[in-house]
Amino acid sequence: MLANTQDPLIVAGRTFQSRLIIGTGKFADYQQNADALTASGAEIVTVAVRRVNLSDPSAPMLADFIDPASTTYLPNTAGCFTGEDAVRTLRLAREAGGWNLVKLEVLSDPKHLYPDMEETMRALALLKSDGFDVMVYCTDDPVFARKLEDQGADAIMPLAAPIGSGLGILNPVNIRLIVEQTKVPVVVDAGVGTPSDAVIAMELGCDAVLANSAIAAAKDPVRMARAMKHAVIAGREAYLAGRMPKKMYADPSSPLAGLI
Amino acid sequence: MAMHLIINGEDHDDLPDHLTVAGLITHLGLPERKIAVERNLEVIPKSTFDTVVLINHDALEIIHFIGGG
Repeated sequence: MLANTQDPLIVAGRTFQSRLIIGTGKFADYQQNADALTASGAEIVTVAVRRVNLSDPSAPMLADFIDPASTTYLPNTAGCFTGEDAVRTLRLAREAGGWNLVKLEVLSDPKHLYPDMEETMRALALLKSDGFDVMVYCTDDPVFARKLEDQGADAIMPLAAPIGSGLGILNPVNIRLIVEQTKVPVVVDAGVGTPSDAVIAMELGCDAVLANSAIAAAKDPVRMARAMKHAVIAGREAYLAGRMPKKMYADPSSPLAGLI
Repeated sequence: MAMHLIINGEDHDDLPDHLTVAGLITHLGLPERKIAVERNLEVIPKSTFDTVVLINHDALEIIHFIGGG
């Protein structure tokens, strides 16, 4: 249905019909994750890079359930606390996957998982000079968002609320400021807890929403994935349609003329 | 002779000499297509797995993609 509207998401020259990106963490198992992906209609999944389990080489692998040939894997640097760690991780990810679109996140304190923006800026410069296309997880600070874009970020991914908190869009004013000033896609990443949060993000003009915990931690993750799909479509359509102005007083919907 | 490697932070002392990266992957029973290997902090291109010969005490990281947000 959306294909008819010709409203694709374009990131670093890659075109996607879906504006929902889902995570692959915290699901009960990879099969549930794959089922949620199908229900969500997402074309991009974030993935983490970790050591293989040498003691059990035949353990199930994500790629056995979600095919990297048909779904875009977006390797992240979750768990990295320095620019060097992030760059090292993504160089390995590029070799493992064979593609150069990545999500940079450099964290600061495990307690709140806010991004360390100085390290993030440094890592972005290293990655861009190494030929990566970089989607950047960041604070909802318009000043840093501008700096990231100036330094070549291929998408700006401000947090809505702390990672995994499900608190929703805590600062819609900042998200809106970032949307207005940014030419590359803006993707709300982290903090979305329920579909209404995703709708708000899209109505603010964000280009896409990333949801992981909101889907994986739901009682029925597959159904919630489907709900998120509809939320993102609804929010995008509402943004494009342009909402009615708010008024201080009532305005009847039925004409007052011709009353019997 | 046996070779010593540090793989994913753990000591492995029982490995045959003159092992290539491809040979090590086979030895460990890993799926070559889905992994990447770093040797002494340098990524080893997959195209050279057959030709790069490991040296005693090399430190390797072998990674793959897992679920994450």
